[in-house]
Amino acid sequence: MSGLSPRAALALALLILLLLALPLAANSYLVSVAVVALFAAYFGQAWNIMTGFAGQLSLGHALYVGLGAYAAAALFTHWGVSPWLGMVAGMAVAGLAGAFIAALSFRFRVGGVYFALLTIAFAEFTRILFDHFPWVGSTEGLFLPVKNLDHDDPLHLSGSPAMFYYLLLALTLALLALSHHLLNRRAGYYWQAIREDEEAARALGIDVFRYKVAAMALSAALTALGGGFLAFYDKNLYPDTSFAIGRSIDIITAPIIGGLGTLIGPILGAFVLTGLGETMTWATDAFGIIGLKQFAYGAALLAIVVFQPAGLWPWLKRLARLDAPAPRR
Amino acid sequence: MSASILEVNGLSKRFRGLQAVDDVSFAVPRGGIVALIGPNGAGKTTTFNLIAGAIPPDAGRVRLDGVDITGFRADRACHAGIARTFQLVKPFGALSVLENVVVGALKATAHMPTARRAALDLLERLGLAEKASLPAASLTLPERKRLETARALATRPKILLLDEVMSGLRPTEIDAMVATFAVLVRESGLSILLTEHVMRAVMALSHHIVVLHHGQKICEGTPEVVARDPQVLECYLGHTPH
Repeated sequence: MSGLSPRAALALALLILLLLALPLAANSYLVSVAVVALFAAYFGQAWNIMTGFAGQLSLGHALYVGLGAYAAAALFTHWGVSPWLGMVAGMAVAGLAGAFIAALSFRFRVGGVYFALLTIAFAEFTRILFDHFPWVGSTEGLFLPVKNLDHDDPLHLSGSPAMFYYLLLALTLALLALSHHLLNRRAGYYWQAIREDEEAARALGIDVFRYKVAAMALSAALTALGGGFLAFYDKNLYPDTSFAIGRSIDIITAPIIGGLGTLIGPILGAFVLTGLGETMTWATDAFGIIGLKQFAYGAALLAIVVFQPAGLWPWLKRLARLDAPAPRR
Repeated sequence: MSASILEVNGLSKRFRGLQAVDDVSFAVPRGGIVALIGPNGAGKTTTFNLIAGAIPPDAGRVRLDGVDITGFRADRACHAGIARTFQLVKPFGALSVLENVVVGALKATAHMPTARRAALDLLERLGLAEKASLPAASLTLPERKRLETARALATRPKILLLDEVMSGLRPTEIDAMVATFAVLVRESGLSILLTEHVMRAVMALSHHIVVLHHGQKICEGTPEVVARDPQVLECYLGHTPH
């Protein structure tokens, strides 16, 4: 399904080396931009499992970012729980929430656009709930005590953008490895079969309901893990931004631009879009044209949908002939 | 161990006002090939759907290898040993031809190399080995029908339900498919229940024929008996020959 050709393996190795060396050569602004790109790449990959692999459109993944962020942050500020343990708790909460939403929807045969609407509804419902949840600061927000900014402390997730850069790079590569692993196992084959045709999948012995719920739970838990890092990177949380529809849309843009259902697509899309966004921000300042960034985003999305609907990665792969060799016996 | 691999008793299904399948009973002997024929709308595909678990029956029982599987969901029917193809083919279009068959083979094993080898063997048998790495969406209709068959066989069924896999094939291709199925049944002890409009295939392949008309069984027997039955000729040709 996604065996790597020697050319592709070499390209990947070079890219990873380049990414590892980036903070050594770049200024702090570029590192912060790269962190933004890595967050987008990670969330895009997590969403891709559910929508790209298993074909179930979620438009409410901000819900899981928010749950993961709030769980880790609240446990830390109230009880001094280690961020790492807090993130595990966040993953469990989000995984359960994802499984619940999926089970509810698929049990009652809610699919397609109606399922997508339901995912938005749950994210919005949770946002309003958190607006009235004093333990996590309601609309006033939840703030993480800032300390030790002068040195990196990965154990307490406090430190420079470069530290977060390396943590997120590791996280993104780990999720890439996990996605690759899953895609080449029974789960990945079954998810894709379900995405392509549920009735045919069922006729081949696949418990469609179980595999869809599992995809959603896994995708949600992984998204929440990223949310935990985001909480300690941003150091402040508001329901209005944490659970925002805008964030859900941002999460899905990178994988769609890069290549839905592909392994590299979400990462490529994230870097292209973040690069484009920063260039446009610079251009906005330089030329004083308001809204250039939003315009560029829209134009990029439109161009992809019209000219390369499968995304940038499948197109690049063809151009660079990185396809896997034909299967042998 | 009963002599029949599949026993269908009094199967009935009603859609709104239409009695699609009405008290149909028949059996498929172990290692046998039985054809279900009849004019369009006779209830053949509905009967398939009732057996394979795509829809639950209103009445009647389905027994597979002595086990009652009536009303089993399709995935559980598959695990019980039923595999089927769809008349309107349903390939996993974005997956390669090989990957399509691997999905079926993963029922029997989670070990990827084993599943791939089994899938490649089946592609070879059905003459699709050359196309293994192409996307399934790129296949022609006859090729897609063969892919459906390979994918269904990959689940290692006790009985294979073939829903019009020969339609659209050229006579030489039909003969090749008939030969393939004859070999499969002889070598692996597979049993087959098929519906088919291509009489050339039905007559060459089946040991036993069940004729449906308006959801009811009107006749059954060997190909020779069925071909001479006045009721069958009536419903197929619209008149009894003199």
